[in-house]
Amino acid sequence: MLDLTTKDVLERKALRVNPCKTCQPAGAMFAALGVHSCMPHSHGSQGCCSYHRTVLSRHFKEPAIASSSSFTEGASVFGGRSNLNTAVKNIFDMYAPDVIAVHTTCLSETIGDDLTSYITDLDLPEGKHVVHCNTPSYVGSHINGFSNMMMGFMNYLTRKSGALNGKTAIFPGWVNPGDIRELKRIAALMGVPATFFPDQSGVLDAPMTGTYAYYPEGGTTLDEIRGLGDSSGLIALGEIIGLAPAEMMKKKWKVPYALLPLPVGVAYTDNYLIALRNAATGEDNIRPPVPPELEAERGRLVDLMLDSGQYTYQKKAAIFGDPDVVIGLTSLCLEIGMIPRYVITGTPKEDFTRKIEALFAKYGMEGCTAKANADLFDLHQWIKNEPVDLLIGSSYGKQIARAEDIPFVRAGFPVLDRYGGPLLPIVGYGGGMHLIEKITGALMDRYDRDCADEDFEVVM
Amino acid sequence: MANNILDERQCSISGVDQKGRGVACEKESVSGAVSQRACVYCGARVVLNPITDAYHIVHGPIGCASYTWDIRGSLTSGSETYRNSYSTDLRETDIVFGGAGKLTKAIDELAEKASPKLIFVYATCIVGVIGDDIEAVCRSAEERHGIRVVPVKAPGFSGTKTQGYKLACDAIMQLMLPHSGQPKQFGVNILGDYNLAGEMWIIKGYLEAIGIPVISTIAGDSSYGKLIRAPGAALNLVQCAGSSEYLAERMDGELGIPYIKVSFFGVEDTVASILRVADALGDPVLSANARDFAAKRTAEAMPFIEKYRPKLEGKRAAIFVGGGYKAISLIRQFNELGMKTVVVGTQTGKKDEYETIGALADKDTVILDDANPAELEQFMLEKHADILVGGVKERPLAYKLGIPFCDHNHERKHPLAGFEGIENFISEINLSINSPVWGYVRGCEEIG
Repeated sequence: MLDLTTKDVLERKALRVNPCKTCQPAGAMFAALGVHSCMPHSHGSQGCCSYHRTVLSRHFKEPAIASSSSFTEGASVFGGRSNLNTAVKNIFDMYAPDVIAVHTTCLSETIGDDLTSYITDLDLPEGKHVVHCNTPSYVGSHINGFSNMMMGFMNYLTRKSGALNGKTAIFPGWVNPGDIRELKRIAALMGVPATFFPDQSGVLDAPMTGTYAYYPEGGTTLDEIRGLGDSSGLIALGEIIGLAPAEMMKKKWKVPYALLPLPVGVAYTDNYLIALRNAATGEDNIRPPVPPELEAERGRLVDLMLDSGQYTYQKKAAIFGDPDVVIGLTSLCLEIGMIPRYVITGTPKEDFTRKIEALFAKYGMEGCTAKANADLFDLHQWIKNEPVDLLIGSSYGKQIARAEDIPFVRAGFPVLDRYGGPLLPIVGYGGGMHLIEKITGALMDRYDRDCADEDFEVVM
Repeated sequence: MANNILDERQCSISGVDQKGRGVACEKESVSGAVSQRACVYCGARVVLNPITDAYHIVHGPIGCASYTWDIRGSLTSGSETYRNSYSTDLRETDIVFGGAGKLTKAIDELAEKASPKLIFVYATCIVGVIGDDIEAVCRSAEERHGIRVVPVKAPGFSGTKTQGYKLACDAIMQLMLPHSGQPKQFGVNILGDYNLAGEMWIIKGYLEAIGIPVISTIAGDSSYGKLIRAPGAALNLVQCAGSSEYLAERMDGELGIPYIKVSFFGVEDTVASILRVADALGDPVLSANARDFAAKRTAEAMPFIEKYRPKLEGKRAAIFVGGGYKAISLIRQFNELGMKTVVVGTQTGKKDEYETIGALADKDTVILDDANPAELEQFMLEKHADILVGGVKERPLAYKLGIPFCDHNHERKHPLAGFEGIENFISEINLSINSPVWGYVRGCEEIG
């Protein structure tokens, strides 16, 4: 691998090399794990389910339970109805979830399985549910699969009773459990009662107790999903991943929404606070003040940015990963004076490119490149032509980092080769401190490694 | 705990006194059971992946390529090509109008820019349904570029992972057959070793120390050039029988190379395998060398085993691995340490292997095929397992149950084969069983 990437940028139209995305069903499975007492179910071949579980297990270092329709030749010819019927019966008999969340695969999509009718015809045990969404692997990426699964749940379960429930719905997007905990803490401090959907905290960071529960205590409950239509408002985080579910809330249940970038860095966390403050504004139109605790956190983050700024200012970064996380990371890098030289996502979504270019323009950055539908081979070739000082992204960046000898900060999904990341936030002011600690640490370790003896100092 | 066993699954589990007879295996998974198995494509890919200078193009939507990018710790002494991910990343229009054109183009782009010698093209689920003629695409690409372009038709639904192993073996045969006429030479091939953590190198080192040259290895640390030398060997050694016995049989029938099964896990099987290889070659000098070598290395290994034996003796082990042959070695290895195997499961074990397991294990050992987490949990708790040996998906399950774990699959970081492997295996088991962290898992009740 290391010797394969050439400096001459190769024009490719058909060949994908070293992808920066995966397929929709993975996202659907991850989203479904954020629902309490839910068995994610992959309607396709055995391998899909096994691969998604493996990548989730490797990232979170937790069990990731999910079942499969285990398609055979017969199912691929005659359709997967009987596989689904058998699966649903077996799952309720043996694993007893409250809900089975079915997603399709490229196979079941292409043979034209009609999940809506299969599910309507099911004879379900009292109080149990089966929901589904379509996740054709050849459309979009895992990011679409995540949004589609959210909409699948809402489609089947969400209702409007006519009376508001006094809660704000918050869609956290594709983040780690540590991020969700931080987003919840901030909402609570701002005095906003909220329903987080989906919510993998407590599920994919379940504490060690010496017992194994298929369905740990976390996750959005079915009642909470039912009640989403009665929310007074919605804050959807992640402008790419949150758009379609937010639109659905507005169209179907007339819930107004604020669609925000993932709150990474100062400005985007400010936006989250503003949205929460709006949500907390009562009929008297009095906006509650930002609590001193958060005010102080913001101050500490800005203080840290100033203290460490000399080590980040004008340093070039390459950032890759999922669109919303990358938009957030790019904003944070710009806030600390870095130059985000290359910014890519594998997800085919031109909106991403526009948003990154708007960030470049806001900070007066010229000569930086943003690209959606890109892969890590592209990125590696660009870096060979014009190197960067820092690489930020998933574990798959480690090959580039090693080949080009670049300091590397792991963020986003998947991180397969480090421990503890999913427990710690990158969102909020606290998440910003965590990221800056990592970024400056990586840059300064490199300086210490490479500098001359006379420049090697205890105080930096 | 309630009975967590599906009726359909009862026949795949053997309990008291059945001794592994009648464990229904080599069956398809039950829909809705949380099987730990993967698919046909996965089986084919894991066997072929370690061919280091091959370009593996996955024809299908991106997922199958993403998940198999640099998956196994198969080490290389040569090219790093196989550690990249290549795919046609099929989109909706390709599904509607067919993906053969895109595949042709992808091969051309690669052939023009990277000068490959060997390309594998994997057809995934969807290709099996939309009917792209990948054989025709590969054939014409071979002619156009003068290289080997081998189709591997591995739609995930077309069988079990074992079917994928078979397809991979067929692909390897396709590469070797044109070179079947080469003169025979003294030496062996190692089949079914993927050089995880460099294990194949260890075995190769033993054979060479005894005086047995290794002609080719399939597929750990192999390359196109090395693969096509394999038909010249005198004997095949089959390490992972689950994936490669079929290849050995084909090579026996079509290339006239006999084979023996070997296993290098644990002292007993390592020694027995070294002797059997030497004896099979029919040279008394080699046999004598082998006996000296085995005696010397066993003597060197014993103090280590004896040192740890008291810490491990009497502990109960659960095993859940891919193939039956490895499970057999592990039972013997646990016996050497004075440990008792209380649960044995495999993903794709065969009938005869389950019978051997039944003969080796105690009469109350639970034996099960294609186990799911519910069953593993039930039997590990029921039998009070002190450690689970398994793969990636079993690790977090074991930990949640408070059961120590040892990875004997793709994620092993130290070689577990040969005499070196014995030390690593014992160290890992000891580390996991005797970790101080287990003292804290009961939570705040410890605080009082």
